[in-house]
Formats: sequence, structure tokens, C-alpha cells
Amino acid sequence: MSNPVAAAVSVKRVAGALAVLALIAVPYTVKEVYYVNIASQILLYAVFALGLNVLVGYAGLVSLGHAGLFGVAAYALAYMLAAGAGHAIAIVTALVVSLAATAGFAALSLRATGISFIMITLALGEILWGLAYRWISITNGDNGISVTSRPAPFGLPLDSARSFYVATLIVYLIALAASAIFVRSPLGAALAGTRDQPRRMNALGYHVWMIRFWAFMFSGLLTSLAGILFVYYTQFISPQALALTASAEGLLMVISGGAGTLLGPAIGAALVVIVKNVVSAYVERWNFMLGAIFVAIVVFMPEGLVPGAVRLTRAAWRAATRQKSAAAAAGGKQ
Amino acid sequence: MSALVVRALSKSFGGLHVARRIDLRVEPGERRLIIGPNGAGKTTLFNLITGELAPDSGSIELFGRDITGMASRKRTHLGMARTYQIITLFPHDTIAHNVTLALLGLSPLRWNPLIALNRQRHLAAAAGAALERVGLDQIAGRRLAQTSYGERRRVEIAMALAQNPKVLLLDEPFAGLSIDERQDVRKLLAAIPRDVTIVMIEHDMDTALDLADRITLLHFGEVIVEGTRAEVVADPRTREVYLGE
Repeated sequence: MSNPVAAAVSVKRVAGALAVLALIAVPYTVKEVYYVNIASQILLYAVFALGLNVLVGYAGLVSLGHAGLFGVAAYALAYMLAAGAGHAIAIVTALVVSLAATAGFAALSLRATGISFIMITLALGEILWGLAYRWISITNGDNGISVTSRPAPFGLPLDSARSFYVATLIVYLIALAASAIFVRSPLGAALAGTRDQPRRMNALGYHVWMIRFWAFMFSGLLTSLAGILFVYYTQFISPQALALTASAEGLLMVISGGAGTLLGPAIGAALVVIVKNVVSAYVERWNFMLGAIFVAIVVFMPEGLVPGAVRLTRAAWRAATRQKSAAAAAGGKQ
Repeated sequence: MSALVVRALSKSFGGLHVARRIDLRVEPGERRLIIGPNGAGKTTLFNLITGELAPDSGSIELFGRDITGMASRKRTHLGMARTYQIITLFPHDTIAHNVTLALLGLSPLRWNPLIALNRQRHLAAAAGAALERVGLDQIAGRRLAQTSYGERRRVEIAMALAQNPKVLLLDEPFAGLSIDERQDVRKLLAAIPRDVTIVMIEHDMDTALDLADRITLLHFGEVIVEGTRAEVVADPRTREVYLGE
């Protein structure tokens, strides 16, 4: 292939296809149910992180209240199921309720940017956590709500770890594709513009507030999907899922993986979920480890693991080709 | 009908009057130069005209239409475009993408979340044409971070021209340029057709003077002198506040 751009694109495609195949193969090669469940957890948190990434990475708006939106979808679903609704109706209701909550979140928090935006989202997230904790007639308070069954889309029950993993993988791939399409679209470009030069965007004729609002709604949609997956995964929801630490963990996933990249959120989710679940079995102070890893990322790859790895690979590649051409030049002189 | 009319426009920040009952009338196709020492309120006047600042009193009309309370972005859709004295571009993107964003700002496509922006041929073609006008079409794919200051000034102008404005507000288009670059930009501005009305702020009198039909001199937020080039240059008050005699 003579065209380096076309070659790079096809390399990316092949790598992407291989990655998807590897993800599909996980439940068939990994025998322990425990690890299949960990993989499901990574993917559902990857959907959450993708949603948060729309705001943090592409809009430049850091939200510390996203676990609240995650929780609204989760509670709405659990409440409907506990009330005896079917899965389809419960899921649709959960999406409608959480999107309404997202619109409220957006309307209140988009009055500000920067630190003020963070503080408003933090406060809103805490309010939702407080509601989950105290509005006992709806949420059952600290005891939470149990969900007894998983749905069976197209007659395929998701009761086994393996089938649930496949369903989660499908949702993740759809969320990833939606993010990829959005980022490359005119609206996605406009959103990135409002992140870098909001004043200029306004002068160029863009409705900066409205662009951010729709980005928030898209973010809320992905976050809600993750919340729904979460309830079906654990078959239980309690106020803990809405806690500030849950929002902070989501942010950690986005930033450590690489904010404003498509694959960063999944890598970040994998890092956090693995340290939290797997490493914690061996290391008691896993929180400390997570912190140490995060510090190391900030020091060595401040842009996140995915862009950092790309940068280092490119540098290594350049060094290798330079050496090669230097050797060739030296050879030619002789 | 005048292209741009400003009536008794006032704005103050606390006790600081940055605009005091400014009157301005610019005819279609006119080249108006606004001069004045640092802190005279020139950029503030631009910010008031484009709506980035709200005036305390007074009114602004664009082709007979009152736009005083209109949102800044809507004025752009009515045919007003501006450049910034402090370069305000998208640093992570290519030159072509910067201009594409300017084009997209006036297109209904800007709300579309489903199509691929880089496949919109008509936008790419229009961006290419705008860059050709400023002589940057050869390096359209270069990232902004890798361009020179002079090139960025021209990207600013290309973005404004790409929007096909009726009234173009240029805030110090020669600022920070070398003598050669100034001549390039001067030629570029001189080539803009007369269906575009231009209001330009400029410190560099030597380069800007022969582009102007009329000149307005601002000082401490007030219009001190207004007239043709010769009138303003000859006026003793101009010499007093601006030419430093």
C-alpha cells in the first residue's frame, strides 16, 4: 500500500475487528464466571464513562454528579420492576425519567462553566443521593430495591453470566458507535469548538448553550443505559451507587483512559474495575493502589493512557525509522 | 439606508465610561477606520456592536433593523462578522477546520449529529475558496499550532470572509505583523469587494490610512473627530490626542 493514510486506516480497521473478536471471545475462553462478570462490569462502566466523556472530553465540562443520573435510571427501572411492570415498559420508563432528570441537570448546571459547573453538578448529584437515601417510600432507603429477574430480549434469557456479558457488549458497541458518529458530526465539531473557544463560537453564529445542552442529553442517555445495565447486573440498587465516590470513579475512568478519546473510557473503566475487584482481593489497601496508579498516569501520561500510549508508540516508531534511514545513509556513503 | 448606525451608545464599568454617547453612521460599501490611543474604547465599541457586551443605553441598527438587544449569534446570521485583536482560533485543529467551523456556523447542518463533517464536500470546497482568497490554500491541512502569527492573522480574516458578511468588523488586522506581512494583508483587504462594508480598528496609521474612506477618532470613549481621511488628519484635535503633538 503506497498511501500511508489509507494504510493507517486499514491497520486501524483490522485492529478494531480483532479487538471486537477478542471481546466476543471472552466468555468462551474465560471459564470462571467471576471473570466473565468482571468483564461485564468493565463494559457497563465503559458505557458510563463514554457518557461522561461526552461532557468532560468533548464539551470541556467536568461533571461530578453523573452517578446521580446513573442512579435515577437505575432506581426508576428497579421501582417499575418491583411494582410489577414488564421489562420493556420499565426500561422505557427508566430512560424517560432519567432523560427528564438530565434535562433538569443541564438547565441548572449549564448556567456556569469551569469550577462553578463542577460545584453545581456536585450539589445536584448529592441531592439525588439524598433523595435515594431519604425518600424511603420510593427508594426503600438504605435497604435498596432488589430486582428478581433479568429480561429475555428476542426470547434469549440473560440469566447466565455469559449471555449477560454478550448483551452488555452489544450495548457498549452501540454506545461506542454512537459516540464515534457524534464526534465526527457537525454537532460534535461544534461541541469541541465550544470547549476550545466558546466566545468565538458564539460570534460565529452558534448557540453555545443549546449545543452544550444537547451534548448533556446525549451524555445522560449513555449514562442512563449504564445505570440500567448496572441494575440488571447486580439485580440490586442502593444509595451507594449514587454516592460522590461513584461520580469521582467515573471521572477517574475518563481522565486515566484519556478524555476526549473514543477508546479511553473503556481502558479507564477496565483499570478502575480491575483494581477495585481483582487487585483488592490481594492488596488490602487497593484504594491506595488506585491512587498511586492515577498519580503515575498524571505524571507520565497526563493526557491519559490511550493518547499517551499512541504518543509513545509514535515516538518509538520515529526513532526506529530515523535509525534505519541514518544507517541507510551511512551505507550509501561508503 | 445605512449599513450600520450607532446612536448615543453608552457603556460604563463602574465609574469608568468606556463608551460615551457614541454616534456612528457607516454607509454600505464604506471603509471606516476607527483610531484612537490605547484605552480609547475601540474594542469595546466592537464588542457593543457585535453584542458581546450589552450597552447601558443607546441603539444599534444593521441595515435599518434595530439589533440593540439581539443575541450576538443572531447578528452573525444577519451578516455581521468580526475578527479579534487577540487571535481567537481553534488551536488543536487544522486551518481548514477553523474555516469550516466558520462556514458551519451559518449552516443549518451545524445541528446534525449523524453525518460525517469531513464528508461534506460543499463545505470543504467553500473553505478551500476562502483560504485561497487569503493565500493559505496550500497549507490548509496544517494544524494551527504549527502556523506562524502572520498566518493566523490571515486565518482570522479567512474565517470572517468565509461567512460572506455584509458588515465586516476588523479589530487590528495588522497587529503584530512584519512589514512584508502587513503589505500582504493590506492587499488582501483592498481586494475585498465593495458589497462588503468594513469597519476597521487600527493603530498602524501608515498601513491603514489609504484603505479608509472615512475616519473616526475615539478618545476616552468619545467620538472626538469624524470625517474624511484628509479632514481627520488635518484636524488639530487629532494631532493633539493621537499624533502626540
